[in-house]
Amino acid sequence: MQFEFLLEQVVNGLVLGGYYLLISLGLSLIFSVGGIVNLAHGAFYALGAYVSVEFTKYLGFGPAIVLSPVAVAVLGILFERFILRRFYSADPILSLLVTFGLAMVTEQAIRIIWGAAPLSAAIPPAFRGSVLVGDFLFSRYRLLILAVVAAVLLAVWLLLHKTSFGRVVRAGIQRPDMVAALGIRLQPYMTAIVMLGVGMAALGGAFFAPITIVHPAMGAEIITVAFVVVVIGGLGSFWGVVIAALLVGVVRGITIHFVPAAGEASIYILMFVVLLLRPRGLLGERIEKFE
Amino acid sequence: MTRYDRRTLLKASAAFAGASAIGFPSIVRAQADKIKIGHLTPLTGFLGALGAYAQLGIRMAAEEINASGGVMGRQLDILSEDSVNPATASTKAQRMLDQDGVAFLMGEINSASALTIMQVAERNKRLFMQIGARSDALRGKNCNKYTFHVDIPNTVMVNAVGKALVREKMVKDKKFLTLTADYIFGHDLLNAAKRFFAANQGNLIGDELVATDVTDFSPYLLKIRQAKPDVVCSNLAGNQVTTLIKQYAEFGLPYPIVGFNLNTADAWAAGDGNLSGTWPTVWYHTLDVPASKTFVANFIKKNGKPPENHAWIEYITLKIMAQAINETKSTETDKLIAYLEKETEFDILKARKAHFRSWDHQLMQEAYPFTVKPKGQAKDQWDFIALGSAVPDAGEPLESLAPTREQNPCSL
Repeated sequence: MQFEFLLEQVVNGLVLGGYYLLISLGLSLIFSVGGIVNLAHGAFYALGAYVSVEFTKYLGFGPAIVLSPVAVAVLGILFERFILRRFYSADPILSLLVTFGLAMVTEQAIRIIWGAAPLSAAIPPAFRGSVLVGDFLFSRYRLLILAVVAAVLLAVWLLLHKTSFGRVVRAGIQRPDMVAALGIRLQPYMTAIVMLGVGMAALGGAFFAPITIVHPAMGAEIITVAFVVVVIGGLGSFWGVVIAALLVGVVRGITIHFVPAAGEASIYILMFVVLLLRPRGLLGERIEKFE
Repeated sequence: MTRYDRRTLLKASAAFAGASAIGFPSIVRAQADKIKIGHLTPLTGFLGALGAYAQLGIRMAAEEINASGGVMGRQLDILSEDSVNPATASTKAQRMLDQDGVAFLMGEINSASALTIMQVAERNKRLFMQIGARSDALRGKNCNKYTFHVDIPNTVMVNAVGKALVREKMVKDKKFLTLTADYIFGHDLLNAAKRFFAANQGNLIGDELVATDVTDFSPYLLKIRQAKPDVVCSNLAGNQVTTLIKQYAEFGLPYPIVGFNLNTADAWAAGDGNLSGTWPTVWYHTLDVPASKTFVANFIKKNGKPPENHAWIEYITLKIMAQAINETKSTETDKLIAYLEKETEFDILKARKAHFRSWDHQLMQEAYPFTVKPKGQAKDQWDFIALGSAVPDAGEPLESLAPTREQNPCSL
């Protein structure tokens, strides 16, 4: 029985990891290509949630979940054009400061526009309740999230590995100077990557709004976990982030099973151990520009 | 960089010195006419939404008092800040006393921050009106002469809900599983819950400690399913409760859920159809008392939404303090304490008047259990709570739900 319970936690952890992935993957891409740790990533996640709650009122859940990430991705373009672009070659501390500042400004802006009290959002009736698969209990809604994450993941992988766009991006991660020498401007690609990254974060926010609390500081809560996932997975590695996200979900679930009070601490201990044994992260590539 | 020559600099300094000599005294005099009050409450973090309501409540009371001529002819000036965390809370409290010249301190919702501010109050021998934190320990083993407590303590919340549960035969020989907020408040609430279960033959089969920043409860929900309790019981705090309620409904677990703490802002955020069970509250805006209804109507007119229980409690507390200052004609700590310790009765917009118990400085007042209205009966998004009748019953003394002298280690 004990083993079954544990297995149930592992499977549940994998589902949760899928959700962490939506936020972490964009963070990792933006860092890998632009060399910028985007501390404002959580802010876009929060905006995704708020905008989707707002859209749901008028259009219903389905259109809101599609339109909210699109709207936030457009903001992402502005963010890249007018802010991030100035910091690619600057001291990393400056981009840290500016994105951190932007995260605070966004949080306060949300507080001014929507108020400090949390908003309520509901799961669409079709996805309420749970299903039993074998003896494992799943929330229907989380299975929907899992399916969407899998689809997004596949699409991003194909984009990065099977298209000319992806080839330039991957080359840009490793050898931006060489890419430039071949006459390719990386800037439009960076715009696209930021758009994609913050769009995914917003999709995460929109999907999580009905099951968590939509409040101004929700971005600050998620950014730490996303950051931990990126550090564990290693920079520049698509699969590294995927594995790390699932691992974080599973480790948290198992810890809560045995020592509930240590649940939130467990992911930091995991990060600590990984950094000790593999400073570059699980599948991190050696990236010359960061050495 | 612009460079100033020495002459310009000298002129500027002279002008500044002149302005100081002429201008400042008048400013100082103007400020001395006001009674400054230091107010700290969490505006960020898991209690931030409640703190925002607290500010609305105290501001409304201050505006009403000032509009009607102030206190002893002086205007009230509320310096309100985010208390952030226990360490920052005590630093800010000390600064307010030392530098801002406040007469006394008010506020707080977070029990851990309230505890550090209580220490500042005691060290400086100044009054602290501890409004919204509910740990028994604050008015129990940590009590001090300079702190008064307004909100109902954990024991009262447990007893308020407990009475309703006993009536529905949901306690005796039932298996309970609790989820507890992992900080002083939660631990304290769990202790009160344990005493209640023991006294009523309830059977506590397990407890899960939950960090205050948890956003995903799924591993806990699986453990609940594995433990198969008869009743799930929440000892969580702030927006933790909202997340639990939402995800509990998401997973559709069959066990009834009740809780010993839920603030209405967090209940509102749970959304339609997610909340169920029996919970305690100190006040709700549908309370059928004329004075309360007037307050609610004025609040809605001003803020466009109904007041939450923290808005109400801050409002009545500032009114209590205004009354105390007016009656004693003083803002001196000793005189105010003596006045409050006289067990003076205050109108707090409830059916029965309230008073501070002299030996532990706890406000004795009515509380209410509540349940959730059946689907479709709510008039608006804020109206899905069905308020039970006040406890203690009209015939019983207000003290009957509070910790007794034997249970409470406080000695002032």
